[in-house]
Parts: sequence; C-alpha cells; structure tokens
Amino acid sequence: MPAVSLTVNGKAVTADVDPRTLLVQFLRENLRLTGTHVGCDTSQCGACVVHVDGIATKACTTLALQADGGSVLTIEGLAAPDGPLHPMQEAFRENHGLQCGFCTPGMVMTAVDMVNRLGNELDEQTIRHELDGNLCRCTGYHNIVKSIAAGAKAMKGATA
Amino acid sequence: MYEFKYQRPTSVRQAVNMLAKDPEAKLLAGGHSILPVMKLRLAKPTQIVDIGRIEGLNTIELRGRSIVIGALARHVEVANSETVKTALPALAKVAAEIGDPAVRHRGTLGGSLANNDPNADYPAAVLGLGATIITSKRRIAADDFFKGLFETALEPDEIITKVSFPLARKAAYQKFRHPASGFALVGVFVSKRGSDIRVVATGAGSNGVFRVPSFEEALKKRFSPKSIEGMTIPADGMNTDIHGSAEYRAHLVGVMARRALAAA
Repeated sequence: MPAVSLTVNGKAVTADVDPRTLLVQFLRENLRLTGTHVGCDTSQCGACVVHVDGIATKACTTLALQADGGSVLTIEGLAAPDGPLHPMQEAFRENHGLQCGFCTPGMVMTAVDMVNRLGNELDEQTIRHELDGNLCRCTGYHNIVKSIAAGAKAMKGATA
Repeated sequence: MYEFKYQRPTSVRQAVNMLAKDPEAKLLAGGHSILPVMKLRLAKPTQIVDIGRIEGLNTIELRGRSIVIGALARHVEVANSETVKTALPALAKVAAEIGDPAVRHRGTLGGSLANNDPNADYPAAVLGLGATIITSKRRIAADDFFKGLFETALEPDEIITKVSFPLARKAAYQKFRHPASGFALVGVFVSKRGSDIRVVATGAGSNGVFRVPSFEEALKKRFSPKSIEGMTIPADGMNTDIHGSAEYRAHLVGVMARRALAAA
C-alpha cells in the first residue's frame, strides 16, 4: 500500500493507505479526528470541508493521496485544545449559529476560508452566496449568516 | 470504489505513457468528476493517474487575440484571473458559476472538458467561443471535440494540455441553475466574433452540448434578443429527467438564449 504523509493540524502523520481512502476517511478513521463529518458523500453538503494547503476542500471528494505532502487543517485544529475557541467558533456559539450541529464543522471551516479570501467585512449577500456549498437542514441559515458576519469581524487582528 | 493502483506522474509524457500501457487507466486532475463516478461504482479504472501536480499546466495567458488556459487551471483561478475578467468576462463568469466555492477550488478546465458531462458549464463556453483544445498530440476544434454523452474526440492515451479561447466582441452565458448541484439545468452561451455567431446550449440535450443553428441564423442580421423573440426549438432530443421534461428544457433554451443576448 502506498504511504501518505500529511501535516494535520500542525502534526506530522504518515500511514500506509489503500489508494481508495478518501481524505475524510483518513481523518476520521485513521486519525480519529471525527469533527469532520460525512453528510451527503457527494460533494454537495459541505459537512466534510477542511483546509488543504490553506484552501477549503470537500474531503469526501478528495483522495488522501491527493493531499500527500500537504498541510490539512480540520475543525479540531482551529483552536488550541485547552484555549479559548477560535473567533469564528465563538461567533457561532454567541449567535446560536447551529441547532443539531452536524453541519457546523463544515460551516465554520468554510467561513474561515471565506474570511481568508474575502476579508473581514462580509455583507449578508456575499455570505449567503459563498455558503452555496454548505447545507444546513435545521436553521434556515439566518443565524449562520449572522455568526459568520460577526466571526469575520472578530477575526480581524486575531491570529486565524 | 473498486480497487485501483495510484500513480502520480510528474510530466505529461510520463502520464501519456501510463495511459498508453493500460487502456483501463483513468486520469485524475481535481477529482471532482471522476471520484463521484467511482464512488457510485459506475467506473472501474485499474489505475488512477493523478496529473494534478504536473507543473506548468495551470497558466493563463493572453496571446494575441486569444486567451490560452492550461488544462489544470482550477475554476477559481479562471474566475479570479484579471486577464480573463478583462479580456473575456463571459468566460470568467462561466467559471465563477460552476458548483460551489470548494468545488471551484479543486475542479479543473481540462477535467471538465474531458468528462463532457451533459450538464457541465465549460463545454458551453468552449463550443460557444469556438475554442481550440490543445492536447499531447494535436489541436482539436471545439466543433470536432464534443461527441455526445460523456464522449469526446480524445484518444485513450491523449491528454488535454491547454485550451485556446479566441476573444469575442460580444459574449455572455446565462444558466438556469440546479439549486442543489449547481449544474446547468439549461445553460446558453452566445458569442459574436466577426461573422461567426454562436448559440450553444448545455444541460438541455440528451446528447450533450449543442449549437442552435436556427437561432444563429436569426441573429445574423442583428445580435439582439429581439431577433429570436418567440422562437423555440423542438423538444426532440432534449433530456428528460426528474428535474425537467424535454419540453421544459426546450423552452428554457429560448429563454436563456434571450437572457444571454441581453447580457452580451
């Protein structure tokens, strides 16, 4: 089996994998990082969004081997285990940007990517447009949009 | 997925050799077309040849009256390219409307064209601009490239390296978007370049992307939505599925063509 070497949340990992192993499977099953979810498994819902080399990627439609040598950031790596939440996580908490929470890791990772690309001042229209690839079946999105706008502002000056 | 062997060549020549040696090998660039098909077990490649990291294939250059884009250019790169946005904004818009942001981060121009999904956006732009597909072997005119459902003129060991898009005086793309997948239920690309007028529909035909000669003829006098006011195309040969009937899609071709002409 070929080997895959990645830096996941700042930590180097190497493993032999079946080439079929999806990045999301590798994260969840090999590394036990179960914050990244499998929702639709067809690259539509965005519950599996992680950052690969700084770019939001649907991990259910990426082979672990495609990310070989790269750096992966998952929801577990956004904030230090014992430290405060990442500003975007805190904004979701503060604005009640979730109900069941299943889509939330993907929402937060997409939101952070949005800020990385588009800056800290995001209007509602931009946020809704950019959330095209993330589905939530509970909230109706209203509080998610509010959370992202607040989180984007809060990320200004914070180390993201 | 069925089992496969994974390879990662570092040059087009290496990749071509891998394909030539194994007719059941398939290319992977961004993976956003091939992996879903493999997950459904609709494809069973013996080898996946990952060309995603071959260098020099994601360039975007203005060359004379054309924009030449590398096959590995990701949708987001085409959508955000200042060169494309300035010289051929309709093409930037096509790329910006594919899938969703995360999909656009991975999907590539060459991958979309080689797959030739009947609902994909890029084939409409390539045929709608009369682009030229440059491969490891030859240059193929868009009119000769798309051969039907998921079929192209590409030979089994042939790899798209670049696409050359001629600049058009007027061009626009309008699509009726499937709300979940972002695919075109029907999308129409129109362009005018000298006397070459093109109206191309994607998502509509049961055999993939196609030109609409009756609209093109009617637009010769005046390139305006008024020239095709009230015109329709027959429902024969249109795709029918749970998302829309053949009649509905045929109707949408006229509607989207008029919207595109108004935007061009």
